[in-house]
Amino acid sequence: MSIGLLSLIILVLTLVGYVVGKSRAIASVAGDIRKLHSLPPFYGRITALLTAVPAFLLIIGWLLAEPLVLENRALALIDPAEIPQGQSADLVMSDVRRVAAGLDLLETRGEAIAPLIAAPDQLKQAMNAAGIVLQTEPTPSTLAATAALRSAKATSRLAMVVAAIALTLGGLAWGLSRIKPEFRARNATEGFAMWLLIGCSLIAVLTTVGIVASLLVESLHFFRLYPITEFLFSTQWAPKFGGGGTLGIVPLLWGTLYVSAIALLVAVPIGLLSAIYLAEYASRATRSWVKPAIEVLAGIPTIVYGLFALITVGPLLRDYFAQPLGLGNSSSSVLTAGLVMGIMVIPFVSSLSDDIINAVPQSLRDGSLGLGATPSETIRQVVLPAALPGIVGAVLLAASRAIGETMIVVMGAGAAARLSLNPFDAMTTVTVKIVSQLTGDTEFASPETLVAFALGLTLFVLTLCLNILALMIVRKYREQYE
Amino acid sequence: MTRASLFAQDKRTRARNATEKRFRAYGLTAIVLALLALLWLLISIFGNGLPAFKQTFLTFPVTLEESVLDKSGTRDPAVMAKATTITYGKVLTKALEAEATAKGIDLSALKKKGLANLISEESPATLRNMVLADPSLIGQTIRFTALAGGRVDGYYKGRVTLETAALDKNTSPEQLAVADKLKEAGVLTISLNSGFVTMPDASDKRPEAAGLGIAIIGSLYMMAVVLVLALPIGVAASVYLEEFAPKNRFTDLIEVNIANLAAVPSIVYGILGLAIFINMVGLPTSAPIVGGLVLTLMTLPRIIIPTRAALKAVPPSIRDAALGIGASRLQTVTHHVLPLAMPGILTGTIIGLAQALGETAPLLLIGMVAFVRDFPGAPPSGLFDPAAALPVQIYNWTTRGDPGFVERASGAIIVLLIFLIAMNAVAIYLRRKFERRW
Repeated sequence: MSIGLLSLIILVLTLVGYVVGKSRAIASVAGDIRKLHSLPPFYGRITALLTAVPAFLLIIGWLLAEPLVLENRALALIDPAEIPQGQSADLVMSDVRRVAAGLDLLETRGEAIAPLIAAPDQLKQAMNAAGIVLQTEPTPSTLAATAALRSAKATSRLAMVVAAIALTLGGLAWGLSRIKPEFRARNATEGFAMWLLIGCSLIAVLTTVGIVASLLVESLHFFRLYPITEFLFSTQWAPKFGGGGTLGIVPLLWGTLYVSAIALLVAVPIGLLSAIYLAEYASRATRSWVKPAIEVLAGIPTIVYGLFALITVGPLLRDYFAQPLGLGNSSSSVLTAGLVMGIMVIPFVSSLSDDIINAVPQSLRDGSLGLGATPSETIRQVVLPAALPGIVGAVLLAASRAIGETMIVVMGAGAAARLSLNPFDAMTTVTVKIVSQLTGDTEFASPETLVAFALGLTLFVLTLCLNILALMIVRKYREQYE
Repeated sequence: MTRASLFAQDKRTRARNATEKRFRAYGLTAIVLALLALLWLLISIFGNGLPAFKQTFLTFPVTLEESVLDKSGTRDPAVMAKATTITYGKVLTKALEAEATAKGIDLSALKKKGLANLISEESPATLRNMVLADPSLIGQTIRFTALAGGRVDGYYKGRVTLETAALDKNTSPEQLAVADKLKEAGVLTISLNSGFVTMPDASDKRPEAAGLGIAIIGSLYMMAVVLVLALPIGVAASVYLEEFAPKNRFTDLIEVNIANLAAVPSIVYGILGLAIFINMVGLPTSAPIVGGLVLTLMTLPRIIIPTRAALKAVPPSIRDAALGIGASRLQTVTHHVLPLAMPGILTGTIIGLAQALGETAPLLLIGMVAFVRDFPGAPPSGLFDPAAALPVQIYNWTTRGDPGFVERASGAIIVLLIFLIAMNAVAIYLRRKFERRW
């Protein structure tokens, strides 16, 4: 039974629960609803909630846990001797998964699969015909594991359907049995709803846990295959397709910091000065159209900036600056990416700084102007020092944006890992390498792919620290004047 | 000692006033620079992308002879499928040659494949599908509109010139001269390219046939998933945190969490999606459902933050009044606070969706870059079929060799920006129309 059909059944039962629950409540007081503790719809609602929610939670949990349990069992069936030299069990498992998916596909097409399982060479042909490419013929233990996986999966799905329907019916029965005039249906409904609300807000925490767990687990995996000191301190980034390359993060970090520094050099002066002008000098009318116009820059997707770097800024810098100056002839360069990223980051600096400058109390300005300072002296000697912590926070947030930015550097900075000072050189960044290592053709369990998780962890920690620092500074500053 | 007049500024005052003026000028320059950057960006994209909405077509009569296309004479599509696109290509080339000769155009200067190259490699396949879908066409003479080849198309868009054509092995100045004559004769026309938004992606050598059809559907599917999941979850989380949560360590933790999640680089969400949804749960790669789930997680904090602001903006007097006449706390929220906060919530949601629509990096990691030629099925099962997404399609095109794809990519950005502008316009309209100052 498909999950769609199962959900439909549960939903129908839920509707039944609502209608029956409501009418039963009315019937229990012979139509005189004044004798009920709550309004009749609440009796329907609590029954419906009890019917649907536990069953759906069960289905979601089951689907999440099923692959883990089943694959561990199938993995146990694989003969360790059959795992090819230098490869891990994960790779064999991915074969098992692929064969299982292929068999499912063939079965839905109505082909007989029993003879195919008996003859691995025919199986491979049939799979290839169905569009599932197997590199080698499946070995006997792979086939055994596949068969075990498929039968266990079928059993598990059946068990899930039975359990879900049992839970639905049980919830329905329990909900209906509780309906009495003195049952506090409204309080029960609201208590239930409150738990749902709490559950929804926990998703944010779960996301963080998911991010940290997936990054940590795969990074640990990577550090078991590759020494952590090499990763952190080697100044060479030279992955090899077959494995055995050097994977040092230093050149990637250098590229990331170089690009971000150029971006901030562009964005901070422009963003800060325009924020000052908008907050202190501009008329209301100017402000009302300039501020949204600058903020449009923040709403433009990064892929647009990437293309802009690729087809306009890169060639321009190459033809008019790099080549005449003899500094290089690559259209993707640190300067290209930095410049375009700087444009992207301007609104992050300007909006936050604008808010912060506006939050400086007017009395400080009035005092300074009253003593005879010009507006610019007031700004530089009174307003900016008062707003400084907040502005630093804004710049830090912008820096964290720049460090985590992906598309602009993928399209504008290049792919060669290099430790160089020349801004017209193509260099690469942490994010570029995450993309290229995870979208490449290398097998998943090799250090060449897993390094992406270690890079992701580095990126996550780096941006997290910057964000927390920035938030702390901004928050502390706000408290001063409130 | 001479005293300066009060009306004449002394040196120091002059200097201070000059500094003041300079400072103002700096601010103004910064704003002008920022706006110029925006303008430059838009001009570059629109300048490069607008030609993608025009396309060069060749319209000429084609005779579909039975002896060539259906030798068996059975009109059975299964048998007729034996005639490959190469056969159909020859039919088209012959028909074009006949048409050109009939119009008195001299083809002798053309090289061997010069005429066949005028027609896109995609057109024989289009004709073949047309015939296979309707075998009764065989034996008739139909007017067929074929896509012109990429180089010819580029010639009329200024991408290919006679000088570059001389160096290009895929075209020649003679071929372009023939194209010009065909244009005079009315065979070659340049018209609106509706295929750009309806057709699927095309392979590396056929930029003229590449379209955004699958990418637009994929993006719509993902947005639907995000809307269905992120809006209710986001609103529920905001209501809890804003209206019910007690002030304690636990809710503090959730709040700090949400603030940080909003600033986590988007690519990290891609890694999360790859590790959890694809490797652990075993969902298919390139499927809109995975993209939708990843974007949902990414969009949640961006919906929660404005939603909480909207809830906070509803004055406490409303709550007090509702509680005062006996509503429960949940009733107060669902009957009064939420409806009043709705415009703000919707505005925040639409802006969050718009950000999700333009997001590329996480989708790259979950395999949305794959070349997809088949349209995904109808939801819900279509959510599990492979599809592309608008921003990823743009990235995909920029990595291809043929310069025709750069034009396509810029054109696709215009489509993406139109979607974004429409969404933001709705958000601004909602805000203006329903915004209430208490």
